[in-house]
Amino acid sequence: MNSRIEIQRNILDFTLSSLLRRKTKNAVLMVVFTIVVFMLASIIFFTNAVKREAVAVLQNSPDIVVQRLSAGRHDLIPADYIKTITDMKGVVSVKGRHWGYYFEPAASANFTLVVPDDGGEEGRIVAGKGVSRTMRAGDGDILPLKSYKGEWVVLSIKGVLKSDSELVSSDLIEISEKDFRKIFGIPKDRFTDLSVTVRNPKETLTIAKKIKDSFPDTRPILRSEVLRTYDSLFNWRSGLLLIIAAGAVLAFIIFAFDRASGLSAEERREIGILKAIGWETSDVIAFKFWEGLVISLSSFMAGIILAYFHVFVAYAPLFEPVLKGWAVLYPEFRLVPFIDPFQIATLFFLTVLPYTAATIIPSWRSAVVDPDQIMRSQ
Amino acid sequence: MILHPAIIALYLSSFISVALLIYSSSFAAMILRKWDIGSGSELQLSLERRTYLISVILSYLFFFQFLSLFLFIYTADNLHNLFTGSMCAAGTLNVNQYGYPVLVLKIVNFILAGVWLIINRIDISAHDYPLIKNKYSLLLFVAPLMIAESALQTAYFMGLNADVITSCCGSLFSSDSTNITSEIASLPSLQAKAVFYISMTLTLAAGIVLCYKNKGGLLFSILSLLSFVISVAALISFISLYYYELPTHHCPFCILQSEYGYAGYYLYLTLLCGVVTGIGAGIAGRFSNIKSLAPVILVIQKKLIIASLLSYGIFTAIVTLKMILSDFILEGY
Repeated sequence: MNSRIEIQRNILDFTLSSLLRRKTKNAVLMVVFTIVVFMLASIIFFTNAVKREAVAVLQNSPDIVVQRLSAGRHDLIPADYIKTITDMKGVVSVKGRHWGYYFEPAASANFTLVVPDDGGEEGRIVAGKGVSRTMRAGDGDILPLKSYKGEWVVLSIKGVLKSDSELVSSDLIEISEKDFRKIFGIPKDRFTDLSVTVRNPKETLTIAKKIKDSFPDTRPILRSEVLRTYDSLFNWRSGLLLIIAAGAVLAFIIFAFDRASGLSAEERREIGILKAIGWETSDVIAFKFWEGLVISLSSFMAGIILAYFHVFVAYAPLFEPVLKGWAVLYPEFRLVPFIDPFQIATLFFLTVLPYTAATIIPSWRSAVVDPDQIMRSQ
Repeated sequence: MILHPAIIALYLSSFISVALLIYSSSFAAMILRKWDIGSGSELQLSLERRTYLISVILSYLFFFQFLSLFLFIYTADNLHNLFTGSMCAAGTLNVNQYGYPVLVLKIVNFILAGVWLIINRIDISAHDYPLIKNKYSLLLFVAPLMIAESALQTAYFMGLNADVITSCCGSLFSSDSTNITSEIASLPSLQAKAVFYISMTLTLAAGIVLCYKNKGGLLFSILSLLSFVISVAALISFISLYYYELPTHHCPFCILQSEYGYAGYYLYLTLLCGVVTGIGAGIAGRFSNIKSLAPVILVIQKKLIIASLLSYGIFTAIVTLKMILSDFILEGY
């Protein structure tokens, strides 16, 4: 057993020295391979990290959100729906929510206006980091917003939200209910939507069905559904980018195949000599196996490490706009580093497997050559 | 259809495997028809060279087959929150009728691939390729199964549609009839425990007899295959419950998750290793009358028996220790 390991070790030694002898040629291959792995790994790491972020944020969202639909579009919901839903068994509480979007021409960005649970303080607001940054307004400054009638509502900033929740709160303005109604002209007995808290999570579905039965013009949205939709959205986005990147992978595979089949005269002579001094075909195949393993694993690991820095240290400057969305007020947030064996296995399948498959036949072809034939042709 | 990176990876691996398999099978057919070790013709020489290539291709292929089995389960597990009512891989595999057949085919193909590699190993240890026809017949038998696996896997992934929010209402109202069952039928625990320990003991006994008296190779193969099936049933029936410490959760997939320390991986690894080497040992015994293999076959067979018994032994030891050391009492009420 030991001698067998010893043989493989010697072949590996030989492989490494042979790779080093052709530094430039192998370096080019490894650089290209590393770039391919780096691209795919960045896509996968980034989407997974954003997905986790979204899941973490949504954990605190309401069990059910009830929206009213009118002519197939989201409409304001009457306050008297609250009473009926609160009376349903298993419902802990129902709250009317006020929120909306406000377009600010100066920043050409949309702000999200939200009335906090306690109703807010009239004339004063709390602004998100992104709002404060783009409007250049901080604690104690004044932020005028235009109402639906064209009149200015002057609000003073009493605080800026902390940055740890910037993914959700970047474009947020917390405003009092009164100011909210003044800006958007919403009648007193209307809410944007309702948030429903349910005691037993297993009953959520039943309660959603009851709400739908009592008010056919509403659409109850469960938290699990929102999570699921986010999940598929990010799967779809990363899958789409991977399909686009498939062109690059294919080009690389053709490159690797071409390189493996077009052996230089020197390499052919080397194999010829090895066979002439007693190497078996299986030894040459082992030599080629180690060569492939060294190249693919080093590039694979280098690509992954680079992608890690790209995504978790530099925050993916290359893919960010495509994967995150198109909002103008980009939140600046730190992604929590997260890599699991699943992502690594997926990457391995997407890169090392096609490389290996493309080089099997060329390396066999070079292993079975006749030493006699090679020497004669020199 | 869901465009998940892992699904794309599995598609890619199965397409590459099928292409390589078709390539290898065409040579397998030629070898079966034209192989003649005594001949020195051009064709025979090129066939002899090809056998190296086929061995290499299949070794890689079967290694990827092994990885893809676990990637498949992991993917199914990862996708579970896309489907209403699905809690883990068990639910995802139930989303359409292809899920479980793909899984079963993947396991069967893995075992067959392992057996092929063992026969290949025995074959190349002799100078005259005595098993060449056997191994290429087996390859022609495995190839259609692997192609079927790829086809079913494609059908399975194509048939997956995530229950997402649609513009009119939440998905649950548009498709409330398709609620997935994620529970798995299981055997009563006490009986399952008895059957499990009996099968392991019998396999051990058969292995020892085969090792020392060189008798009962076929019996050992059958017993190790049976032990594999019984162990999987036991995993569902009672072993997994000790990991979850829940008397109602019979799931063979959740133990693969990080919450349970990836326990599933070493449990399944030992089982798969046990069944492949166990079947291989029995098959190796059948070739002991071939002259050129005589000096090596007993050594290889002994190694395979030891590997199989060791794998099953480790599996039984881990499971038994878990049951003894756990605070959880299954038959407590």
